[in-house]
Amino acid sequence: MNFPGYRRRNGAVGTRNHVLVFPTVICAAFVAERISREVPGAVSVSHPHGCGHLGAERELVVRAMAGFCSHPNAAGVLLVGLGCELITPEVIAAALPAEGQRVETLSIQAAGGTTAAVAKGIELAEKLIKEAAAARREPVDLAELILGTNCGGSDTLSGLTANPALGAAADKIVAAGGTVILSETPELIGAEPVLARRAASEEVAQRIYEITAATEALAGKAGVDIRTAEPSPGNKEGGLTTLEEKSLGAVLKGGTTAVRQVVAYAEKPSQRGLVIMDSPAHDAVCNTGMIAAGAQVICFTTGRGTPLGAPLVPVIKVASNTAIYRRMKDDIDINAGEILAGKETIASVGERIFQEIIAVAGGRTTRAEALGHAEFAIPSLGLSV
Amino acid sequence: MPVNALVLHRADNVATAVRELPAGGEVAVTVDGATLAIMLLQAIPPGHKFALEDIAPGGDITKYGETIGQATAPIKRGEHVHLHNVAGLRGRGDRP
Repeated sequence: MNFPGYRRRNGAVGTRNHVLVFPTVICAAFVAERISREVPGAVSVSHPHGCGHLGAERELVVRAMAGFCSHPNAAGVLLVGLGCELITPEVIAAALPAEGQRVETLSIQAAGGTTAAVAKGIELAEKLIKEAAAARREPVDLAELILGTNCGGSDTLSGLTANPALGAAADKIVAAGGTVILSETPELIGAEPVLARRAASEEVAQRIYEITAATEALAGKAGVDIRTAEPSPGNKEGGLTTLEEKSLGAVLKGGTTAVRQVVAYAEKPSQRGLVIMDSPAHDAVCNTGMIAAGAQVICFTTGRGTPLGAPLVPVIKVASNTAIYRRMKDDIDINAGEILAGKETIASVGERIFQEIIAVAGGRTTRAEALGHAEFAIPSLGLSV
Repeated sequence: MPVNALVLHRADNVATAVRELPAGGEVAVTVDGATLAIMLLQAIPPGHKFALEDIAPGGDITKYGETIGQATAPIKRGEHVHLHNVAGLRGRGDRP
């Protein structure tokens, strides 16, 4: 099965043909935003990182930024820095694959301040846009698609309609040879035995237990026992009784296939099939990590409604109930609430989601894209000075 | 026809109400293609669970085909299944 995608020089496949204007430090975020505003077709992101990171946090930030900037949905990247920061455009450029996309760098201090840097940046971004315009979509096997999954603003119906329907679509992607990322480690706690049973090897099973234990330990350091804090009082009011029940409902969105690999936050999978990424449950952090890991389409289920999208990568949103679909129609692409009306089944909504993923991979605009959503966030390890 | 309650796996012994269901009413529940009629002993709020069969204390509560907890009291077919008669096996601070 094929979809029309952009084949990049290094063989990676994009579902969009953007030019990314990326600030490697917060001090360059304003200039990057000004450049992208002046150049149609350019996208930028804003974040508070790039300076003061120590040790493991520096490694994590560089991996996330480099992963994000190497994404095949960007035909070209303009890296904008200040000049004296820890993570300069040169640091990120050096971390990008040699045969990746076109990269330009810009330093505000070297350019001579905001106005001069914006003018120089517009020139560079326009050049990248011109080069990007030569790219053409070509038929690409679905095996080259990486689908990211996420759920946020969940309700008790999420685990009964939207999540199992997304899981049915995820199984179809895996059956076609593609890759699905299941993430949000805190939401795996309580569902580990089910995932470990489906692990492709003993090592993968062990890694599943390791990442949830590490997340529990992290919460413990902050004085929180996840096993008693979850389900939250609001979840319990809504009918969720135990942690296992909540987590089992959440992991349904990854489908039912074997877990091939567990990767770190923003790490690119080396295996195809279902892969777990160790990530906080924070929606934007999770999306950014899956994009940095190479996801070209994200599918996001919601019960209470969320407007969230992502830069570079299209996000398809699926409502668990018809009321929220109607109330936030502007933000939501698919209504899994039809299952409750008896008009559809989990399998039929799953098929619709699968077809939507293929159409969106081939260029169909999602609601979040049409609205211009571009939320970007990297986790903080608290190791900054 | 609108669905009143959902069961996702044939091994499940609970169903989840998707709308407010009144006490004393009979609810049709589809389990793996077969339809069960359950007389509700209590009103079930949307999102809450009720038993498809009698469950003895210590018996597994099964949803999604997996154990989500154990009964802490006898539970009758058609009874509300929630915090008052179920404890998680993982979700407790007092055991590993």
